[in-house]
Amino acid sequence: MEHIRTPKVENVRLVDRVSPKKAALGTLYLTATHVIFVENSPDTRKETWILHSQISTIEKQATTATGCPLLIRCKNFQIIQLIIPQERDYHDVYISLIRLARPVKYEELYCFSFNPMLDKEEREQGWVLVDLSEEYQRMGLPNHYWQLSDVNRDYRVCDSYPTELYVPKSATAHIIVGSSKFRSRRRFPVLSYYYKDNHASICRSSQPLSGFSARCLEDEQMLQAIRKANPGSDFVYVVDTRPKLNAMANRAAGKGYENEDNYSNIKFQFIGIENIHVMRNSLQKMLEVCELKSPSMSDFLWGLENSGWLRHIKAIMDAGIFIAKAVSEEGASVLVHCSDGWDRTAQVCSVASLLLDPHYRTLKGFMVLIEKDWISFGHKFNHRYGNLDGDPKEISPVIDQFIECVWQLMEQFPCAFEFNERFLIHIQHHIYSCQFGNFLCNSQKERRELKIQERTYSLWAHLWKNRADYLNPLFRADHSQTQGTLHLPTAPCNFMYKFWSGMYNRFEKGMQPRQSVTDYLMAVKEETQQLEEELEALEERLEKIQKVQLNCTKVKSKQSEPSKHSGFSISDNSIANTPQDYSGNMKSLPSRSPSQGDEDSALILTQDNLKSSDPDLSANSDQESGVEDLSCRSPSGGEHAPSEDSGKDRDSDEAVFLTA
Amino acid sequence: MEFAELIKTPRVDNVVLHRPFYPAVEGTLCLTGHHLILSSRQDNTEELWLLHSNIDAIDKRFVGSLGTIIIKCKDFRIIQLDIPGMEECLNIASSIEALSTLDSITLMYPFFYRPMFEVIEDGWHSFLPEQEFELYSSATSEWRLSYVNKDFAVCASYPPIVTVPKSIDDEALRKVATFRHGGRFPVLSYYHKKNGMVIMRSGQPLTGTNGRRCKEDEKLINATLRAGKRGYIIDTRSLNVAQQARAKGGGFEQEAHYPQWRRIHKSIERYHILQESLIKLVEACNDQTHNMDRWLSKLEASNWLTHIKEILTAACLAAQCIDREGASILIHGTEGTDSTLQVTSLAQIILEPRSRTIRGFEALIEREWLQAGHPFQQRCAQSAYCNTKQKWEAPVFLLFLDCVWQILRQFPCSFEFNENFLIMLFEHAYASQFGTFLGNNESERCKLKLQQKTMSLWSWVNQPGELSQFTNPLFEANNLVIWPSVAPQSLPLWEGI
Repeated sequence: MEHIRTPKVENVRLVDRVSPKKAALGTLYLTATHVIFVENSPDTRKETWILHSQISTIEKQATTATGCPLLIRCKNFQIIQLIIPQERDYHDVYISLIRLARPVKYEELYCFSFNPMLDKEEREQGWVLVDLSEEYQRMGLPNHYWQLSDVNRDYRVCDSYPTELYVPKSATAHIIVGSSKFRSRRRFPVLSYYYKDNHASICRSSQPLSGFSARCLEDEQMLQAIRKANPGSDFVYVVDTRPKLNAMANRAAGKGYENEDNYSNIKFQFIGIENIHVMRNSLQKMLEVCELKSPSMSDFLWGLENSGWLRHIKAIMDAGIFIAKAVSEEGASVLVHCSDGWDRTAQVCSVASLLLDPHYRTLKGFMVLIEKDWISFGHKFNHRYGNLDGDPKEISPVIDQFIECVWQLMEQFPCAFEFNERFLIHIQHHIYSCQFGNFLCNSQKERRELKIQERTYSLWAHLWKNRADYLNPLFRADHSQTQGTLHLPTAPCNFMYKFWSGMYNRFEKGMQPRQSVTDYLMAVKEETQQLEEELEALEERLEKIQKVQLNCTKVKSKQSEPSKHSGFSISDNSIANTPQDYSGNMKSLPSRSPSQGDEDSALILTQDNLKSSDPDLSANSDQESGVEDLSCRSPSGGEHAPSEDSGKDRDSDEAVFLTA
Repeated sequence: MEFAELIKTPRVDNVVLHRPFYPAVEGTLCLTGHHLILSSRQDNTEELWLLHSNIDAIDKRFVGSLGTIIIKCKDFRIIQLDIPGMEECLNIASSIEALSTLDSITLMYPFFYRPMFEVIEDGWHSFLPEQEFELYSSATSEWRLSYVNKDFAVCASYPPIVTVPKSIDDEALRKVATFRHGGRFPVLSYYHKKNGMVIMRSGQPLTGTNGRRCKEDEKLINATLRAGKRGYIIDTRSLNVAQQARAKGGGFEQEAHYPQWRRIHKSIERYHILQESLIKLVEACNDQTHNMDRWLSKLEASNWLTHIKEILTAACLAAQCIDREGASILIHGTEGTDSTLQVTSLAQIILEPRSRTIRGFEALIEREWLQAGHPFQQRCAQSAYCNTKQKWEAPVFLLFLDCVWQILRQFPCSFEFNENFLIMLFEHAYASQFGTFLGNNESERCKLKLQQKTMSLWSWVNQPGELSQFTNPLFEANNLVIWPSVAPQSLPLWEGI
């Protein structure tokens, strides 16, 4: 609270990104957790809520006659431009936001003040919804080859690993500890995924400290143990997800990669995924392209290509596909590592698991996957997503890339996933929002020390409660193509990878398809269900009536029966044949989603409100938005756009004609 | 001429067929007058029937005595045939080459095709101009049907019946025709019932360098405006190009002579630039190398999506003038047979709910493309693989279909038809057993007696059994005007094609 210099500023303008001439006048409030903008216009009073933790950068722009513009870029790719009339307010807001967006203590984060009105028991239940020991049981562990090791009890061996780890049965504590000393940050090889069908597994670790010639007997034994745990194959793939050059450079620092000569029966493979710094710059470049005011097609494509973003996505996918193939087709186990084994390794392991196991393509399974490969194995959420003020060089969109990979797969296999695009977008939002405790800190150890589970709520429970909003109506669990491993076409085509405007331009509603197939299908599904229930009830009634009629032998009742019958069919038809009120139907959907809406997800809620208060399909606003698109998006249209003052325009046109 | 003369080897056994994404098939290859047939003679296996007119280019290769023919189709398929025996291979190749480049239209398959289905409704009579006119006539009395062109004397590329302002007599129309490129005097393209505004289209005015005028033309155009209203003339060329056209006798309307009209230039590319764009695009799509960056730069270099964006922007602007500004518009480019039609037809899709239904869309194609004289024969004779470049080749119709697809993608519930319907139209425009897309205009179609000698595509499509594969299950009639977004982020590549 002490950081808020001015809690309320009036007569602030919120600039519409698509048509900068239009701006909404309103009041800006700063609270401990949110920036809130409330429009003045009495009929809408539209509210825009932004969490402080979502703020990525705040930029002061050159002062104009109307006031001082402030540009706020959010981590969920929203961009907000405010114009504040008074210089002093402007400065105060700027200073306050700078401080508020960079908390220094975990206690300042929203999740510690966020209270969704659940009692203690419900909160605890929320935290056990996703249970990793259950997940390992589902994989078929422990078994003859793999066992639960307690070597990392109290985080004695590796402080970024969880306490519960699965290792090959033949790996003794001595081998594990020896191996851990030979690996960066002591992240020794452990099991990530076990493929029941053929005993092959995906293991993960960090790079070995091999330098130019160092060896470690225990580490070699560890890999041998992993190979032995898979009787179906006489070798193990070791996948280094770095570009070869980077790995070689690491050797000079006493790190590096496995030497095939020293390890018996390994096949070593580089897969060039770039490091976090390259990825950060790539995203930056792509977002610059998304921000362009009215780009031409070549500007856009050139910028997209230049950012290299889709190339990086493809590299991650290729690595995942390689591993999934090695496991399912060759029956070989794979050890994956990068440098520290918490960024690229997490991406690649989870993509491969997603390809291999249909369970991870369900709502619950996807939560489990993120919990396992990302949260428990010590992906540094705090550093990568800048939850606390820290080194900007540590920030990188690692999990964003994984989420995009999932989306690319969903585009390829529309029936294979139980969840929809919205689910991914909301997870991405909450990774940055710090509204729930799941993604806090850098490791399990830190989270336990902070007592996260006792002091905050779990996102998974929140998502699970509202799962109706995240279902994919096209999901077919029993379809042959969606069972087992997903097989991408053998000849990879480049046009498989597309720009995800649903994510990166998601706040520019005008660019999104105006009608959502998913919502529509869900509504139809729901309606069908309702009608079926109604039919059932009516049939029951009919049966009863007929019974009654059998008892009565009066002719009169017989006459009444057909009329009732026809009455029934008419009412049924009229429901089935009446075209649903289009805009009404679409409006009803968002109103259904805020039913999730206790007070909890404040921002999501307001988005939904936005959606419903701006009925995309009702005549007025829709037409308006279309017109805006035109006048400002068509570069040459600007001069001649008929919406401008036509008298003036005529002059300019005549001038052109005269000079001609 | 007998086809048998051209077929040197009618049949070869043990031919292996390779297609991308399909397993190889071995079977017998047969050549007929119009088809290339490959059958494996096993039960339950698909046979390949390929129309010779669908073949765009062929390549031959020999390894020992095994010959390989690579056939590139106009619908962008590439198939490979491995033929044992050098002589057979050469014979097949030269036969295909001869059969796929027949120069007489009357030898084409539609003239030999006999339908296997019962014709319930003759598609040649499904969309008559009189019927279309009735749709408007209840709402307005300012327009009439004119039979001035009934023997194609006034304008060779117009249909015999056109809709013109009531106050203009046929004599004036004849005069106006001499002032417009190709005799294409302004005619009604679309009547917006909501506010009575109209879209007209024409050829460019033949002002030339000395600024010729035509009183009747000015009168005709002004007759479409209500008192005190203004209109917009959308020229689909840039101002520069339009000015250059004056040197060749063409030109544009001078605002001094048309004081109620404002001219807007919206540049849309034409002819060989589009063709090259398509060639580059297909080349990029077929490139199997795994490099993401090269794909994006090739896509960009093809400029295909830029053209899509240009066309959609112009169409949206036209629709905006009509619906938001309440102003009538006249659209023309040079000839008024290509970019003009793209804009008028897309504007109608945006404005008119009926054109988003299957029948409405068919009517739109019949009216705005076939009868309006889009030269299908010239534009669609070759596709992306052909080496011999003709200057009138251009994928104008394909671009239009792609634009429709883009709108469909943004409004998935507002169209009665689906993507397959658009692909089907594309395929039939390039090679078909039906006569619908033959010829360059109504006059040629009359001379060829297509109505008597061939089947209409609509007769086949509009059967209930066929329609089911083209209907969009998500369709809910949407009576509103739909405004698509033209930002690059919203325009992906159409993979179906």
